[in-house]
Amino acid sequence: MFLLAMGIACGMLLMTSLLGPKRKFADKMEPFECGESQLVSPHQRFSVKFYLVAVLFVLFDIEAIFFFPWAILFRRLGMFGFIEMLLFILILGIGLLYVWKRGGLDWE
Amino acid sequence: MEPILAPESIDLIALAPVIVLSVFAMMVLVLDLWGGRNKTLLVFISLVGLLMTAISAFAKHPLPAYSFNDSYIVDHLSLFFICIFTLSSALTILLSVEYNEREDIRAGEYYALILFCTVGMILLASSTDMIMIFLGIEIVSICLYVLTGIRRNDHRSNEAALKYFLLGAFATGFLLYGMTLVYGSTGSTNLFKIAEFIQNPSAQSNPLLLMGLVLLIIGLGFKVASAPFHMWAPDVYQGAPTPVTAFMAVGPKAAAFAAFFRVFAEAFPEMSPSWETLLSIIAVLSMFVGNLGAIMQTNIKRMLAFSSISHAGYILIAIIAKSSLGSSALLFYMLSYTFMTFGAFGIVIILGRKGEENLEIENYSGLAYKHPIIALSMTIFLLSLGGLPPFAGFVAKFYIFSAAIQEGLLTLVIIAVLNSAISFYYYLKVVVFMYMKESEAEFKISLTPMTLFVILIGVIGTINLGIFPNTIIALASH
Repeated sequence: MFLLAMGIACGMLLMTSLLGPKRKFADKMEPFECGESQLVSPHQRFSVKFYLVAVLFVLFDIEAIFFFPWAILFRRLGMFGFIEMLLFILILGIGLLYVWKRGGLDWE
Repeated sequence: MEPILAPESIDLIALAPVIVLSVFAMMVLVLDLWGGRNKTLLVFISLVGLLMTAISAFAKHPLPAYSFNDSYIVDHLSLFFICIFTLSSALTILLSVEYNEREDIRAGEYYALILFCTVGMILLASSTDMIMIFLGIEIVSICLYVLTGIRRNDHRSNEAALKYFLLGAFATGFLLYGMTLVYGSTGSTNLFKIAEFIQNPSAQSNPLLLMGLVLLIIGLGFKVASAPFHMWAPDVYQGAPTPVTAFMAVGPKAAAFAAFFRVFAEAFPEMSPSWETLLSIIAVLSMFVGNLGAIMQTNIKRMLAFSSISHAGYILIAIIAKSSLGSSALLFYMLSYTFMTFGAFGIVIILGRKGEENLEIENYSGLAYKHPIIALSMTIFLLSLGGLPPFAGFVAKFYIFSAAIQEGLLTLVIIAVLNSAISFYYYLKVVVFMYMKESEAEFKISLTPMTLFVILIGVIGTINLGIFPNTIIALASH
């Protein structure tokens, strides 16, 4: 099992470095490439849209954390845990539906 | 590996009101996405949901019943509180329809938030575990922060929401730190287990536990808007939309008092000498700050905010009395307070104008000549808030005072009676303006059937509880 996991990880690294296209230019060689220049004044204004995305990310990210303990105890929680998790996902889904329809995911 | 968490410890029927209301709240939230500008359907569904919640609360027999490993309880206290919560939320929604139209509040989330807030209130009144209490308080508070700031284009509403949020988050910190210390020194977050642990006298003198108690009092004291943790109340009450103000003054406050009662009367009765003095100081301060502060106000919403601070002081006396008489006095007070507060705010709403105008007490001059019935109902609510017989406020105060005297809290009662006398000054000031001054401007009354219904319920409840209190007292004193 360990060898398989190791193999997949190493294989992926190897494959991307072998097969992936390599186009190098100045911007790309910077340590961070998130669309921001590295050396700017911190008193910069940025779009309020980032704020909404960040809040939504935090919300759904934290909710996704609940899946991990459930996944670990999946067998011991049994059918009960499964149904509870389905309900949880349903409620999450309603949240996502709300955000979607409200236009929280639209950038423009 | 054997399965963990036996599902028997989870009693979903006991939890029925919370589940029903959550489902309805989500339904309102989702339906709003397709509903367009007309919110009548949402109002209808919310009201049906609240009714179903109140009915489903009585599904569990026999009482008391427990769920989630003793962290959730169904007993007479919680049932009575659930009735008060659903009533106050329904009255809020009825008041909101016309108001939202006038103030151009188009968000359908408004109704969903009120329902979610009610879910939190039910959890708060039914929890016997500090983690659950914390969750309940957070659900209630977060909904209220949003509701306070729902008039997005009004700077006063924004200011109120920001202030409430910052101070509320701060108070939550105190509350949580208090819970941590209590957990650290007693080894449990469950109120029953804490009560058991505390029976050992050597455990009671633990300084960490005392510190935890003080922090709990600060956190909960903030949520019920008692002095000296009241600074947010006038600004928030004034800035919030008027129906939300009425809601805040009744529902969430009652829920916080329920938690107050559970924590102090059920978990720490053995340590009452150490928290009684502290709560008495807070009660006396609240009464004086509330009543003396209200005298200075010219805005009716601010005046009612200070009056609600002073009422928090009276209610704290019921918690200090902590006997079964104290708990039924608390319940009776909260119910009568619901009727008179919603009635008074209902009249504030129908006299208000777009943009939260016409809220100065001077604007009420001469109301009695133009609209005698409205002026009369306002007089009834104000006199009842002051505690004059034959209205509900009198019986409620009388009940609390007799519970306190039975516990030997004579000084507190004397101070409270003196304060009631002070409070008449500012309640009667409005009455004087309505009856004895000439009106300067025309009154524009926007009376819709729903608002009228709320005021009618307020009048009937206030008078009925004042003259025939026995049925409700019997229900409250189970």
